Amino acid sequence: MSETFFGKSVKRREDARLLTGKGAFVDDLKIPFTTHAAFVRSPHAHAKINKIDLTAAKAMKGVIAIYTGKDLKDSGVKPIPVGWLLPGIKVPAHYPLAVDKVRHMGDAVALVIAETVYIARDAAELVEVDYQVLPALSDGAEALKKGAPTVHDEAPDNVCFRWALGDKAATDKAFTTAHKIVKQSFRNHRLIPNAIEPRACLASANAGTGETTLWVTSQNPHVHRLIMAAFVLGIPEHKLRVISQDVGGGFGSKIFIYPEECAVTWASRALSRPIKWTSDRREAFLTDAHGRDHHTEAEIALSAEGNFLGLRVKTVANLGAYLTLFAPAVPTYLYGTLLTGTYKTPAIHVDVTGVFTHTTPVDAYRGAGRPEATYLIERLVDLSAKALGMDPLEIRRKNLLTSDQFPYQTPVALLYDSGNYQGALDKALTMFDYPGFRKEQAAARKEGRYLGVGFSTYVEACGLAPSQVAGALGAQAGLYESATVRVHPTGKVTVFTGSHSHGQGHETTFAQVAADELQVPMEDVEIVHGDTGIVPFGMGSYGSRSGPVGTAAIHMGAQKIKEKAKKIAAHLLEANEKDVVYEGGKFFVKGTPGVSKSFFDVSLMAYLAHNLPKGLEPGLEAISFFDPGNFVFPFGTHICMVEVERSTGVVKVLRYVAVDDLGRVINPMIVDGMVHGGILQGVSQALYEHAEYDENAQLITGSMMNYVVPKADDFIGVELARTETPTPVNPLGIKGAGETGTIASTPAVANAVMDALSPFGIQHIDMPLTPGRIWEALRGRKEA
Amino acid sequence: MASVTITVNGTPQTREIETRVLLVHFLRDTLGLTGTHVGCDTSQCGACTVTLDGMAVKSCSLFAVQADGRSVGTIEGVAKEGKLNAMQEGFWQEHGLQCGFCTPGMIMAACALIERNPKPTDHEVRVGLEGNMCRCTGYTNIVKAVQTAAAATAAGKR
Amino acid sequence: MYASEFEYYAPGTVAEAVALLGKYGDDAKVVSGSQSLVPMMKLRLSSLKHLVDLRKVPGLTGITESGGFVVVGGMTTHHAVSVSELVKKKLPMMAEAAGNIGDAQVRNLGTIGGSLAHADPSADWPAVLTALDATLVIASAGGERSVKIGDFILGPLTTVLQPAEILTQVRVPLPQGRYGGAYQKLPHPASRFAVVGVAAEMFLDAGGAVQSSRIAITGLGPKVSRASSVEQALQGKKPDAAALKAAAAKAADGIEIRDDLIGSAAYKANLAAVIAERVLARAVARATNR
Ligand SMILES: Cc1cc2nc3c(=O)[nH]c(=O)nc-3n(C[C@H](O)[C@H](O)[C@H](O)COP(=O)(O)OP(=O)(O)OC[C@H]3O[C@@H](n4cnc5c(N)ncnc54)[C@H](O)[C@@H]3O)c2cc1C
Ligand code: FES
Ligand code: FES
Repeated sequence: MSETFFGKSVKRREDARLLTGKGAFVDDLKIPFTTHAAFVRSPHAHAKINKIDLTAAKAMKGVIAIYTGKDLKDSGVKPIPVGWLLPGIKVPAHYPLAVDKVRHMGDAVALVIAETVYIARDAAELVEVDYQVLPALSDGAEALKKGAPTVHDEAPDNVCFRWALGDKAATDKAFTTAHKIVKQSFRNHRLIPNAIEPRACLASANAGTGETTLWVTSQNPHVHRLIMAAFVLGIPEHKLRVISQDVGGGFGSKIFIYPEECAVTWASRALSRPIKWTSDRREAFLTDAHGRDHHTEAEIALSAEGNFLGLRVKTVANLGAYLTLFAPAVPTYLYGTLLTGTYKTPAIHVDVTGVFTHTTPVDAYRGAGRPEATYLIERLVDLSAKALGMDPLEIRRKNLLTSDQFPYQTPVALLYDSGNYQGALDKALTMFDYPGFRKEQAAARKEGRYLGVGFSTYVEACGLAPSQVAGALGAQAGLYESATVRVHPTGKVTVFTGSHSHGQGHETTFAQVAADELQVPMEDVEIVHGDTGIVPFGMGSYGSRSGPVGTAAIHMGAQKIKEKAKKIAAHLLEANEKDVVYEGGKFFVKGTPGVSKSFFDVSLMAYLAHNLPKGLEPGLEAISFFDPGNFVFPFGTHICMVEVERSTGVVKVLRYVAVDDLGRVINPMIVDGMVHGGILQGVSQALYEHAEYDENAQLITGSMMNYVVPKADDFIGVELARTETPTPVNPLGIKGAGETGTIASTPAVANAVMDALSPFGIQHIDMPLTPGRIWEALRGRKEA
Repeated sequence: MASVTITVNGTPQTREIETRVLLVHFLRDTLGLTGTHVGCDTSQCGACTVTLDGMAVKSCSLFAVQADGRSVGTIEGVAKEGKLNAMQEGFWQEHGLQCGFCTPGMIMAACALIERNPKPTDHEVRVGLEGNMCRCTGYTNIVKAVQTAAAATAAGKR
Repeated sequence: MYASEFEYYAPGTVAEAVALLGKYGDDAKVVSGSQSLVPMMKLRLSSLKHLVDLRKVPGLTGITESGGFVVVGGMTTHHAVSVSELVKKKLPMMAEAAGNIGDAQVRNLGTIGGSLAHADPSADWPAVLTALDATLVIASAGGERSVKIGDFILGPLTTVLQPAEILTQVRVPLPQGRYGGAYQKLPHPASRFAVVGVAAEMFLDAGGAVQSSRIAITGLGPKVSRASSVEQALQGKKPDAAALKAAAAKAADGIEIRDDLIGSAAYKANLAAVIAERVLARAVARATNR
C-alpha cells in the first residue's frame, strides 16, 4: 500500500520559504524601472471637490504624472461594479478616484506617480484640494432619520435596499400564541480586518505586447481579472494577467476590487511603466472594507416549556459610502438565512434595510453575516433562558435539531446537509465540567469574584456556493471552483487550483488530497495557485470554500485522470478495462497484482503515444469544475469561561473549549490552527475591537495605537476537539473550517460575561465588552 | 544623502542613502532582504523586528543612518548553512504560522526572548511577544512553537 | 511611513551636540531611542530638518550609585533599567515600571531621557520619577542645570527643555528609613501606554504609621500630577486596608478627566482609586518588610 495523507497532520510545505524570509509578497517584488504611487485622500467624510490644484506637486522633480478622478473618467474608466444585486437595489457609481464629491474619510481624489515612493509622498502633500465640506453621518440608524445628510443623490433617503425573508404571517401568528416574548436590541459593531500584510499592487504594462501584469494582494485573482478587465478598465481579459503569490492574510478584506489597483493598473498602461503601491496601515484603516455594523431589533416567541415558536428580526445594515463586491449579500443572504441557527424555531421573519453612510465601505469580514446572525441567536437563547428561569443548556437541548431531522429544511431557505448538534454539545461537556463550574461560580461569588460561562451551539453555512442558487438570489458570478490536474510524462503531477491560499496551507492540504486520489507520493505533487496566466480559471477563497469546493474539483479531476490512465493501462496489460484495478499506485488485472503497470509507466505512455488504445488522445491532463449542490453546514459547541473584575470591569478569559464538526478533515493541524485564529478574532470582537467614528464621521480608531488588534497576552490557549459528521454535498465529505471560530466565539464570550454579571441583574450590554462599558453598566448596582 | 556601513547578517554593507530611509527600507529596498516585513506605521506590529547589535528592535522605528557602524541580524541570517534554527523548526513543527507575514518578525523576537529567558512559562512567552501581532494563528501555536524551540535549545546545550 | 528629508548628525560630545542644536534652533531635534520621535516623523507629525543623534556621545548611559543618588544616564534604555540589579534592589518600582513600558523591542531602544523629554501624558516614567522625587540634569552650551521632576513637565509633549538643551542624567535620591514604592498601570488595550498609572513611594515611622508619601498619577490628565489628597489622607495614619482604601478613593481629586473611548471620566477616576489602592498596599508591604 502506498501511504495515504488524508487526515494526517502533514507539516506545511509553504513554511520552508516563509520561515526563512523567502516568501514572495507583493511588496517584496522588484521590477526594473518601477515607479511609485501615492494617493491623495480626503480628510473629510463628505465634501464637494471644488478644485484640485496640481501645480506645485507637478513641479516637483521626479514626479511623473498626477491623475484625478476626472482624468480617469474622461479616459473611459468605468465604475467598479457590484457582484451581488438585490431587487430594487440602488447602485451608485463608484469610480476608482472620486469625481466631484468625496464620501468617506480616506476617499481617494488623486493619484501621484513618481520615481520613488518618497517623492510620491512628498508630492501628494503638495496637491491642493479645495473642498466644500458638507454634513456627514456615520451611523446606520441615523442615516434613516428625516433630515439626515444624503450620501448619494440616487438614494435620497440613504436606503440602498430593503430585503425580507421568511413567512411573515406564520411568524406573526407564533407571537400571538406565545407564552412569553423576549425582545432585545443589539448593536453588532463595526470591525476593521487588519490582515498584517497591508494591501499592495504592482502593475506592469507592456506596450509592445499590449499585455498587463498585475501583482495584487487578492484572495481571488481571477475575479480581479474579470472585473478589472471587463468592467472597469476595458482591457481584453486575456491581456490582463493577475498574480497573487504569497498573500499575508485576508479575512475577506482582500476579496474586493479596490480603487487603488484599478487606478494603478490604468496608470501603468497610460505611462507604460511599472507602478507599485503599498498601503500604509493608516490607509488600510480608512480603505480596507470594514465588517459587521448592524443595528438590530429582535424578538423571540417562547412557549411556557421553553420551545422557540418564532423569531422576528429587523436589521439596519450600514454599508458605508459605496457598495463593494459582495456588500449586498452579506447582511441578507449570508445573514438572514442563518437565523434558524441550530434550533427548531418553526417560523422566522427577517427584514433588512441596507443604508449608505459617509464611512468606509462594509463588506465580508471573516464570517460575513453569519457571525451577526449567530451572535443574535445565541444571545437571544440565553436571554430566553433567563426570562423563563431555565438553564442555558436545558433550553438549548430542548430546541436543538436532532440528528434524525437531517437534511433539514429551515424556515429561511436553507437546507441543512447533515448534523449531530447534541453530539458536539455532549463532547464539549466532557471537556468542561458544567456542574463543577456552577459550584465554583457560587463559591467565587461569596468572595466577590464573578465567574461566568457562555455557550454557543452554532451552525454556519459555507462552501459558497451552488451557482444556480446564487444566481437566482442575485450573484453576478458562478461560485463553483476549478482544478486542472496535469500528469507529466514522468508521473509527476501539477495541480492548478482556482482556490487561493493566503495562510490556509493549500500547497500542503491540496497535495494531500491529490496524492491520495492518484496514489502517488506527496512530493510528486505540486500545487499551483494564484496566477491567472497559469491557472485556467478560479473563483478564489472566501466563505470557507477551498476545502468543500476547491478540493472537490481536484478530486473530480483526479478521477478523470484515473479513468484515462486505466484505459491506457488496460491496453498495455492487454486486458479488459473493466477488469483492471488501480491500487497502491499500480494498475493490474484484479487478482494478478504480479503483472502491473505503474503510474509512471502509464504516464509515460500517455505522452510517448506509441501504444495507446485506438482513438484515445495522447496526454494525461484533466480540468474539472465542481459546482456544489448545496452549502455545507459546519457546527459545534463553544464554551467560554470568564472572570469579570467588579472594581475595574476587566474581563479575563479563563478557559475556552471548542468542539467543532467540520465534516472530514484533511489536515488536523492546519484546521486546528485556523480554528485557533478564528476564535481569537471572534473573542476580540466581543471584548476589544471597535471601529468608532465621531460626529463628523471621522474615524477615531484609525491606527493600531487605538484600535485593538489582539496580542498574545490578550488571550489564552484554546482547548479543541472535533466530532465528524461528513457532508453528502461534496465527494470528500468536507465542511468548511475557515470561519467557524469567528462565528461561534463572539456569543460564547458575550454570554459568559452576561452570566458573570447576572448577580447584578444585568441582562445585556452591547459589544465590545470593554472594562469601561461593563463598569458603567455595574455602576450603582448591587448584587441581588 | 549619507554613506552608511551596516553589517548585515555578518557582511558589511556600504551604501549611499537618503537620511530618511528607515532601517527596514534599507534592508528591503536597498539590500533586497525582503524577509523583514512592514505591517504598520506606528511601530506596533513587530513584523519588522530584527536584531541590532544582538537586541531585538523594530526596524521601522529607526533610520538606517542610526545603524551606521552597527550590526543587524535579519530572518535571512537565522538559518545557518541551510539548516533552520530551533525557533524556525519549532514554528514549522507546531504550525506557528499561517500566512507567514508576521513570521520573520515573530521568529526574531522569539529568538531574543528565549535567549533572555531560556525556560519561559506560557504566560511569559505571551507577554514577551506583546510587540508582535499575528492576525492568523490566535497565538496558541506560536506559544507552543516557542516552547518547543526553548526545549530543543536547552536540550542542545546540555 | 516615509519621513521628510533631513540632515543627520552623530556628534561625539555633548558640547558638539548642543552646538548643533543651537545652530539650527527649532528646526533641529535630538534623537535618542527613536521610539517616539521616529514614529512621529514617519507620520509626518514632526517635520524637523536636522536630526542630532546622541548615540555616539559617551557617558550618557549607565546606572550608578553615588552620593546618596542612583544616577541614570539620560540615554539609558528602559530595558537596562529593568534588569539593573542596583535598581531592582534599591528602587524596585523603577525596574517594575521600566519592564512594562511598551514591549521588548521598544524597551531595547527607548530611553528614560527620551521619555521624559517627550512628555507623553500617558507615559510611565513621569509618574514613577515624580514619586521618587528625581532631579534631572540638563546640559546646554552654558553648562549644566538641575530641574526637579515636578518642575520639568509643563503639559502634553511640553517641558522646560530649551531647543539647545539635552537631558543628560536622572538623579534619584536613595530613600532613607522604612520606605517602599510600587507602580502599576492599567495599560491601554491597543497602545499599552497607561490609561491610568499610579506610582507611590511611602515612608513609615518606627511605629508603622505613614510618615510621608509621594504619590503620582499618569494618564488621567494633560500631565503627570501629584495625588496630594491621597498623600494628606495617609499622613500619620496606620496604613491598614481601610485607611488605604479611603485614601486611594481620592486619587483622581483635582484632575480634570475627559471622557474618551476607554470610558467615562467617572470610570477613569474609579480606576485611579482601584489601582492606587493596590499600589499603596504593595508599597506599604515593601516598606514594612524593609
Ligand atoms: C509601540 C510603542 C509602545 C510604547 N509604550 C509605551 C508605554 O507603555 N509607556 C511609555 O511610557 N512609553 C511608551 N512608549 C514610548 C517609549 O517609551 C519611548 O521610548 C519614549 O517615549 C521616548 O524615548 P526615546 O528614547 O525613544 O526618545 P526619542 O524618540 O528618541 O525622542 C523623543 C523626544 O525626546 C527628545 N529627546 C530624546 N532624548 C533627549 C534627551 N536626552 N534630551 C533632550 N531631549 C531628548 C527628542 O528630541 C524627541 O522630541 C512606546 C513606544 C512605542 C513605539
Ligand atoms: S512595521 Fe515595524 S512595528 Fe509594524
Ligand atoms: S501568520 Fe498571518 S499574521 Fe501571523
